[in-house]
Amino acid sequence: MGEPLLKIENLESYYGPIMAIRGVSLEVHEGQIVTVLGANGAGKTTLMKTISGVMDPEKGTVKLSGEEIQGRDPDHSVRKGVVQVPEGREIFPLMSVEDNLKMGAFTRTDRAGIAADIDMVYRYFPILKERSTQDAGTLSGGQQQMLAIGRGLMARPRVMLLDEPSLGLSPLLTKEIFAIIKRLNAEQKVTMLVVEQNAKIALEAAHYGYVMELGRIVMGGPAEKLRASKDIQEFYLGQQGESQRGQRRWKNRKTWR
Amino acid sequence: MDLLQLLISGLANGCVYGLIALGFVLIYKATEAVNFAQGDFMMLGAFLTLTFANSNELGLPFWLACILAVLVMGVVGYLVEALLIRRMFGESQIAIVILTISLGIVLRFVAGVIWGHEPQSLESPLAGREVRLGGLVLGFDDMTIIIVTILLTAGLYLFFAKTKIGLAMQAASQNQLAAYYMGIPVKRVHALVWALAGGVAAIAGILFAAKGTIDPSTGLLGIKASAAAIIGGFGSLPGALLGGLIIGLVEPLSSRYVAAGVSQIMPYLILLIVLIVRPHGLLSQVRAKKV
Ligand SMILES: Nc1ncnc2c1ncn2[C@@H]1O[C@H](COP(=O)(O)OP(=O)(O)OP(=O)(O)O)[C@@H](O)[C@H]1O
Ligand SMILES: [Mg+2]
Repeated sequence: MGEPLLKIENLESYYGPIMAIRGVSLEVHEGQIVTVLGANGAGKTTLMKTISGVMDPEKGTVKLSGEEIQGRDPDHSVRKGVVQVPEGREIFPLMSVEDNLKMGAFTRTDRAGIAADIDMVYRYFPILKERSTQDAGTLSGGQQQMLAIGRGLMARPRVMLLDEPSLGLSPLLTKEIFAIIKRLNAEQKVTMLVVEQNAKIALEAAHYGYVMELGRIVMGGPAEKLRASKDIQEFYLGQQGESQRGQRRWKNRKTWR
Repeated sequence: MDLLQLLISGLANGCVYGLIALGFVLIYKATEAVNFAQGDFMMLGAFLTLTFANSNELGLPFWLACILAVLVMGVVGYLVEALLIRRMFGESQIAIVILTISLGIVLRFVAGVIWGHEPQSLESPLAGREVRLGGLVLGFDDMTIIIVTILLTAGLYLFFAKTKIGLAMQAASQNQLAAYYMGIPVKRVHALVWALAGGVAAIAGILFAAKGTIDPSTGLLGIKASAAAIIGGFGSLPGALLGGLIIGLVEPLSSRYVAAGVSQIMPYLILLIVLIVRPHGLLSQVRAKKV
């Protein structure tokens, strides 16, 4: 394989004095689905935010096709082709489904392309087409996740960062969402970096995976290797009951900077 | 007939209150800051128009003076956000409230220095002219105020529903974090909202000055307008206009049917009643976010 599409080196990010990611390095090659697994508080969301420009790193680089993009606003990163589908969906609740999608394309100016991409999103998520004029806040949790992914696609990203797409969804719906993620990767050639706690489903979909603990990458390898690994089986594949999911519902909405 | 004329004149006043209230709500919805200088923005807009238009000042054509005043107030709004409010990021609401109240005081002072404290009138082509409809005598000024308010409301509606920047303003107000994720430059959008509120304030100021005299303390009308905004459900644009109209109508009616002085306290009496009966205001959007 040649140069990775996304290359992260020695990234460090802080919340005030708290060091949330401690020298993370990873690579995502064009056309791949790469997953980052880790327990609550491992620093997965912080990593995503630092890649997408929502947070500035203290040290380290984020390179997209060799060009450094870290430490700028998401405005810049999105234009360069990195879009983050945030944890907890974060749709615009009082705007229609279609207007939500249009906001995903905020950085674009090609009207025809935007219209075509709205149709493309509706093909992958027919329910969104049915609800296109409805306020997004009235959608179910699963539909909101679909909208969040669709809205991310509207930026025509080169790399899409998905932060826990399975959060709060039923096992069936989680499967459905991951099936669509795989199709988008295969058919629309969207490269994906997916953060998950649901290791089983993430490793089934991904080509490559990393494991993150306490702000560090502690393991990395092709997905099938990780699936076979003893540690992963013990720590992640064994313990993903509903209790762990359920606890997370109360999580505060995060403030930014 | 007499009553109808009274109502129309009250409606016109209500439009002005409503437009100032609209400015409050625009800024509050989009940025969660409350701009207590909104009334003073209006006063400044009125004085600028006067300076541009009056024959003893610059003597520009009236329409040009209006456009210039709206543009200048837009720039003032933008700069207030970019230079003052933005620095307050992370500070408490109270800090921002104190900042905007102080800003209002400064603007009144500056206006007093530039234009003096004597009431002045705008040389408006609307003043003194009237239309007769049957037995009705309708002031040109009242009619213009109502028509301009309707047009401006329709324009704003289309702006928010159809334009990309209008949608982005809505998005940033509903979920600032998500707007930021989508590459919407939230800070610039906030400054543009302040610019819009500045422009709307200038229009309110022109309309106000078309009916009467202005002096630096005219800006205190903002207090009455904030009552209108709360009556409508701080956070609802149609509510702000509705609140303004209610106050505009109740004032002349109460001074006619109750007692002259009562009209002064009526807006606040209504405010109290609304807050007791419907604590979130008349047209509030209290819908829980499903996130
Ligand atoms: N806004 C914040 N201020 C201070 N500390 C924070 C903030 N956000 C996260 N942290 C801390 O940074 C660490 C990493 O948090 P992060 O949200 O990146 O974890 P995560 O892996 O995404 O967890 P989860 O699976 O629960 O989403 C945690 O210890 C957390 O407490
Ligand atoms: Mg997280």
